[in-house]
Amino acid sequence: MRSAAKDYETVIGLEVHAQLLTRSKMFCGCPTTFGAAPNSQTCPICQGMPGTLPVINRRAIEFGVRTALAFHCTINPGCRFARKHYYYPDMPKNFQISQYEEPLAEHGWLEVTVDGQERRVGIQRLHLEEDVGKLIHDGPLETARSSLVDFNRSGVPLMETVSEPDIRSPEEAAAYLRAFRAILLYLGVCDGNMEERSLRCDANISLRERGETGFGTKVEIKNMNSFRNVQRALEFEVGRQTEALARGERLVQETRLWDADRGYTRSMRSKEFAHDYRYFPEPDLVPLTMDRARVEEIRAGLPELPADRRQRFMRAYTLPAYDALLLTQSRALADYYEAAVREFARPKIVSNWIMSELLREIPADDEKALAASPVPAKNLAGLLQLIDRGTISGKIAKDVFEKMFRSGEDADTIVTREGLIQVADTGALAAIIEQILAANPKAVLDWKRGKKAAAGALVGHVMKATQGKANPGVVNSLLQEKLSQL
Amino acid sequence: MRGGAGLSVSNPLTESTAHELVEKFRSGAATPSAATRAYLDRITALDPTVRAYITVTRERALAAASAADERWRTGRPKGPIDGVPTAVKDVLCTKGVRTTCGSKILERFVPPYDATVIERLEAAGAVILGKTNMDEFAMGSSTEHSAFFATRNPWDLSRVPGGSSGGSAAAVGADLAAAAIGSDTGGSIRQPGAFTGTVGLKPTYGRVSRYGLVAFASSLDQVGPLTKDVADAALVLRVIAGHDPLDSTSADVPVPDYAAELSRPIAGLRIGVPKEYFVEGMDPEVERAVREAIEVLQRLGATAEPLSLPTTDFALAAYYLIAPAEASSNLARYDGVKYGSRVASAKDLIDMYSKTRAQGFGAEVKRRIMLGTYALSAGYHEAYYAKAQKVRTLVRRDFEAAFSRVDVIVAPTTPNVPFKLGEKEDPLAMYLNDIFTIPVNLAGLPGLSVRCGFSLASLPIGLQFIGRPFDEATLLRAASAYEQATPWRDRRPSLG
Amino acid sequence: MQDVEHVARLARLELSPEEGERMREQLDRILGYIDKLRQLDTAGVEPTSHAVPMVNVFRDDEPRPCLSPEEMLANAPDRSGEFFRVPRIIED
Ligand SMILES: [Zn+2]
Repeated sequence: MRSAAKDYETVIGLEVHAQLLTRSKMFCGCPTTFGAAPNSQTCPICQGMPGTLPVINRRAIEFGVRTALAFHCTINPGCRFARKHYYYPDMPKNFQISQYEEPLAEHGWLEVTVDGQERRVGIQRLHLEEDVGKLIHDGPLETARSSLVDFNRSGVPLMETVSEPDIRSPEEAAAYLRAFRAILLYLGVCDGNMEERSLRCDANISLRERGETGFGTKVEIKNMNSFRNVQRALEFEVGRQTEALARGERLVQETRLWDADRGYTRSMRSKEFAHDYRYFPEPDLVPLTMDRARVEEIRAGLPELPADRRQRFMRAYTLPAYDALLLTQSRALADYYEAAVREFARPKIVSNWIMSELLREIPADDEKALAASPVPAKNLAGLLQLIDRGTISGKIAKDVFEKMFRSGEDADTIVTREGLIQVADTGALAAIIEQILAANPKAVLDWKRGKKAAAGALVGHVMKATQGKANPGVVNSLLQEKLSQL
Repeated sequence: MRGGAGLSVSNPLTESTAHELVEKFRSGAATPSAATRAYLDRITALDPTVRAYITVTRERALAAASAADERWRTGRPKGPIDGVPTAVKDVLCTKGVRTTCGSKILERFVPPYDATVIERLEAAGAVILGKTNMDEFAMGSSTEHSAFFATRNPWDLSRVPGGSSGGSAAAVGADLAAAAIGSDTGGSIRQPGAFTGTVGLKPTYGRVSRYGLVAFASSLDQVGPLTKDVADAALVLRVIAGHDPLDSTSADVPVPDYAAELSRPIAGLRIGVPKEYFVEGMDPEVERAVREAIEVLQRLGATAEPLSLPTTDFALAAYYLIAPAEASSNLARYDGVKYGSRVASAKDLIDMYSKTRAQGFGAEVKRRIMLGTYALSAGYHEAYYAKAQKVRTLVRRDFEAAFSRVDVIVAPTTPNVPFKLGEKEDPLAMYLNDIFTIPVNLAGLPGLSVRCGFSLASLPIGLQFIGRPFDEATLLRAASAYEQATPWRDRRPSLG
Repeated sequence: MQDVEHVARLARLELSPEEGERMREQLDRILGYIDKLRQLDTAGVEPTSHAVPMVNVFRDDEPRPCLSPEEMLANAPDRSGEFFRVPRIIED
């Protein structure tokens, strides 16, 4: 697959749909809560009943503007909603209120990092629309005798962002999506959950001979419900198209569905004739004008975005690029890091502990789990302070962290209850050392004959006798002192 | 076919205008219950002949009337139409009362919500008698396109009452309601107003909320009153007008006390008479009546000047692209999934959609869906839909230029008197009947039709006033002055 | 109108052959009338989609109570529990 791909260049464009985190739907007051009982989150408006009219949710527009600014887009001075017509039972009016000729924003870019290399992927347009309902088929769609419709999701605000065909590999596509999602989460406009379909991605992929500037036959891929699946589906498609081209076949422009279980894409052989969406301006809504001052106000209110934060982490905490990239992957993680550093001002140590311990338990991009971590940043800092003060050893601290994570208790509570405090009391340790020296005459003799390594074995015996609670530094110096006195 | 069934159900209560009724409620000479019963009795006796109503809400009306009785008795009426028996076109959603839009596809549709206009009427104490017949989805000019039955013109039962608000117009014209609500997309209040000799007012686009009005063409539809006289139109408009946060196109503009405006004289009012509204082929009786009406207005102190609205001749063509385009979209939702009827057997979804819609819609609705779908389809969008939107701009500019010189435009409402049932088989011939009302919708302006005489065959003729945006007050004032100065108001159809 | 069948398919309207033929004749007559628009020069004219120009109408992002599933399903031609039911989606 790889070797054949050498002659072709992969051209990918991504369309991402993000559900906006508004409290109510795009055009009516129904709540947007996920997972409610079927048809319990609807009203005459989002069910498209005769006589109903849409009214635009102000916050949805503001979320769109925030995101567009974060993607360095030009906010169009005016925008407008249009009706997009096609018949499908999950769409109550049989048209979708979307944006067409006059989208909210255009011409932006997003910075993507693959293998330490940064690249800009262009963003063609960003617009808002309403989501459709949910269909449940009686078995697989192909054979289902009937389907059931739940309109709870119908009318939830969606933001569609179309990239330029600037992406050159499946890895880069995945990196684009990670960066995209991180920005949405930083902005607080989407929860980024691909499994619950609040973030969805369709891809357009074509191959062309390296050096060509035109485009090959474009295939659209749908039904990829995770970043991993986007990458897998695109990798499959690169292989399929490469092989087809190598065999001299002509590719057809089509839509293919990703089958995650079987690991392939298959053609959506629909008898449906070519779509004719018959767009026209939505007469029930009035045009929007973007007040420059308001746009600037929104720009000023933007939070620090991942790329800026990464730079700042490298600067302010003198973190290596790797640490900074990892720690700024999600807003919750970066917030966690900074909160911990505020309490325990040794940035690299905090970074090490987060990367090795915290991220073993929680994925770096799981905002919800990070925000609700059983070891909050303050408690991690508390643990690190105990090590720093010599109260516990670094080795024991790792066990303590795990206990903190399971129980939600802080380090002090666990260390005190379980008697894990290091023995640094020289009197008590001196007595133990005396006993150890008496019990190990051979090791003492070896040491006297110049085998300095024998001291290590003696330290080990002391640690064992104290169940690891002895402060190794104190044990070492006491031991040296005793041995030289012998 | 002339006359009623020989029953004499004439009653001073049903002959009263709404404002006269309210005076009787105030003085205690009558109660809302008595008026409501009188109307319900008359409906029972005469509506089998006129066929204005699709649904009569007798029990609800009597309950509402008795609540109104109590308010009048204790001297706390809700407003100037409290207790007035009112008919509502079956295009406005009424919670718990079926709303058919004159279509088989919505024959059993019972909305779970009220249109804003219904809420406002009820908040003002109006007693809703029932839902009136209409051309299916408001597409038509005769009410013959109702899926259920045709409504008759009270002045001549062999003739149409106009449309699409023919049921509401006939109800008021035949004294089967004290007042009624209609909707007007291309003339559907004013033309039946003219045909039944009632006052029909289409307010400025955005003046009255469209929330709960089953959409025909969203950028053209407006709700308005059909009443027995101009003063009643003023009262009803005051109740239903005003900003509604549920309708994004509803204007946040203050609503004047129209009734108070009526008594102001019209001396000095500048009237424009557009030459394009007096065309070859129009009924000479209509032209004569309108010209005489203009002389009456001049005698009342108004000045009249001829003017030109050059795009008039193209307005109808533009309308028959824009309105069907929007309709094809608005009617896409009737697919047998969420509400309305569905064919019993279909082999798959597309088959169910296509058969449900084929059986649920009548011929005129199908024609307009086809026309509109075509006008928006790939390859034709520019030549048809986009072109029509530009022509619409020209129509608007014509009126803007005219209103820089005059305060109000006066013209016939229709080129002809009411035609016979079945007379206009050809769709285009039917469309041409709306040639004088359509430009007003395209420009979003207010228009009012008032009775201005009768043909030799005793058929009413309508005079149309067209005003500046949101200047319904001037229309009402001019029409009221005209009405007061002429004897036409006193004639009633002889139905029994 | 060339393609009555295509337009009818787009509009999800089943037309019998006779209906289709009658439709074609009527629409041709109407479109013939509409053709008069060609006489009008509209170069450089802005389209009007709203007669009364307004901009920026919003609602605040505040949830309002929904209707009950029972109210929302009351008009359904076919249902299964709290769902609307539709016939098989894929064409036979
Ligand atoms: Zn809703």
